[in-house]
Amino acid sequence: MSGVALEGRVLVAGAGAGRVLRLEEPLSFWGGVDPATGTIIDRRHPRCGESVAGRVLVMPYGRGSSSSSSVLLEGVRLGTAPAAVVLRELDGILALGAAVARELYERSPPVVLLEAADWETLPEGAEASVDVSGRLRIAG
Amino acid sequence: MAGLDMRGSVDLTDRDRSMLAGDFGEATAAAMRILVAMAGVYGAERLLDIEGAHIDGCLYHGDSGVDFAELLVAGGARVRVPTTLNVGGLDLLHPNEFAGTAERRAKALRLMECYEEMGCRTIWTCAPYQTTPRPAFGQQVAWAESNAIVFANSVLGARTHRYGDFIDICAAIAGRAPAVGLHLEENRCGQVVFDLRSLPPSLRSASWLLPAIGYLVGERCGNRIPVLLGLEDADEDGLKALGAAAASSGAVALFHAVGITPEAPTLEAALGSHDPARGGGKAEEWIEVTAADLRVALRRLSTVADVAPPTGEAAAQAPPGSRRPARPGADPASANGRARDLAIDVVALGSPHFSPREFRDLLPLVRRHPPAESVEFVVCTNRLSLDFLERSGELSRLRALGVRVVVDTCVVVAPILRTPAGGVLMTNSGKFAHYAPGNVGFDVVFGSLAECVRSAQAGRLWRDPELWP
Repeated sequence: MSGVALEGRVLVAGAGAGRVLRLEEPLSFWGGVDPATGTIIDRRHPRCGESVAGRVLVMPYGRGSSSSSSVLLEGVRLGTAPAAVVLRELDGILALGAAVARELYERSPPVVLLEAADWETLPEGAEASVDVSGRLRIAG
Repeated sequence: MAGLDMRGSVDLTDRDRSMLAGDFGEATAAAMRILVAMAGVYGAERLLDIEGAHIDGCLYHGDSGVDFAELLVAGGARVRVPTTLNVGGLDLLHPNEFAGTAERRAKALRLMECYEEMGCRTIWTCAPYQTTPRPAFGQQVAWAESNAIVFANSVLGARTHRYGDFIDICAAIAGRAPAVGLHLEENRCGQVVFDLRSLPPSLRSASWLLPAIGYLVGERCGNRIPVLLGLEDADEDGLKALGAAAASSGAVALFHAVGITPEAPTLEAALGSHDPARGGGKAEEWIEVTAADLRVALRRLSTVADVAPPTGEAAAQAPPGSRRPARPGADPASANGRARDLAIDVVALGSPHFSPREFRDLLPLVRRHPPAESVEFVVCTNRLSLDFLERSGELSRLRALGVRVVVDTCVVVAPILRTPAGGVLMTNSGKFAHYAPGNVGFDVVFGSLAECVRSAQAGRLWRDPELWP
């Protein structure tokens, strides 16, 4: 794949690819995402109604309830989780959901942390992939 | 933010290694694998001993949570420190208070049993700090449940990082937690000052507004540590409501209220400026909170258009999509902001769980203004408050008036409400107001306790002219 490559810090290792869903406003998975479908259901969130399933989810950090890790784990079980999660700031709660998914189901979306300047460059809708070493590639 | 090169390995003790190697059983080894992985995520250099835990993982969100608990139980898991349980998916004392399927009930029950089998105390409440012996100032604990975390850190001065499901039980099983974040004194300095001093005293001392202040703080400070300056003396129920709202709209795990919370005797102390080694001393941001800000937060707490700002100021300040009529015929915002013709289907109180003191406020109101038959009136609480109601004879009186009292669980996390989704739910809880639309599909109206009770009596939104002149 040609295009830009960015180096992220691996929080939970894995590989995934999909179209970028870029959330400028943080999202709580608990109360914010329906694990049955991956749809964003937080009516106060500007991207309510869109789906995180199979997307490279780019957001600054999670917010709200600590149950968000459960919702991510349930999404992994049901196949509605994002393909990868790309954060700007450390978020233990989503990383935890992914780490438990790895322990329990032996699969999880990668969770990576980017420097803010790199994070800002990720364009909505672009095809992107994350590899096990935390390298993020955007189709050019 | 710290650089990306902080992925050092975690320095483990011999005992940590022994637990990892399986010498304490397979469940302890699995718990340690997750703890060490998360210590790496957080960039922790080591693990530390904890003296207590509060577990959020006992609430059924789906089969994966049961799979995880069963994995631990099968591996012989027992908690090593005193551990309490958050709400579950069922009211175990009142089995009829459940509107879900038999299958869901069975799974929610099995999950609760798994955590009991691991040796946790079955208090089933999101307000453990009002029921059981509380962590002492400075004590290291591992708590989950966002409102409990913020209360433990802020009001008690205990030290917990912002934990979620799964790592909470792992910490309890191992008696260890990553030495990181809010466990460490240097990370507990305030960062953003919310200066409330220019608000009229009537707004600063209005307990019903504390969730709105918390909501505003959470939205504006994100995951930084807020310092509230000029908050009038708030009691523990008020701080609980404020913290729960802040932890809903933002990732707030600790706030300082100058003159009120234990790490904030002064602004300087809250910012850490008495000790340069703590790296604090200066606020990153200073936010003057105005009455207009508070009105915006109030509007954000409701999803229906009927809550006009008291001054009738620009509706344009509301974010897109946050204000719309609940149903055809609902009156959009009008100039004077008075109660209008909005049907209320449900009144839900008790997030976090109602304390005996909150019931003392509710009882005379609801006796004077009993709910209409058309309105479902539910209060979520814990068994300690239930005992108080039973001993005082109030429980049967409340029930006779049509008030449902639900324990062990909560209406936004489990199928408890009998009213079909799609209606309007009124609450005095910032946390309910935040989560009810997404979780249970109701529009919400936020109001004071008296407004909730009077609205339930009328079956329509009632606004207190004193509060909404």
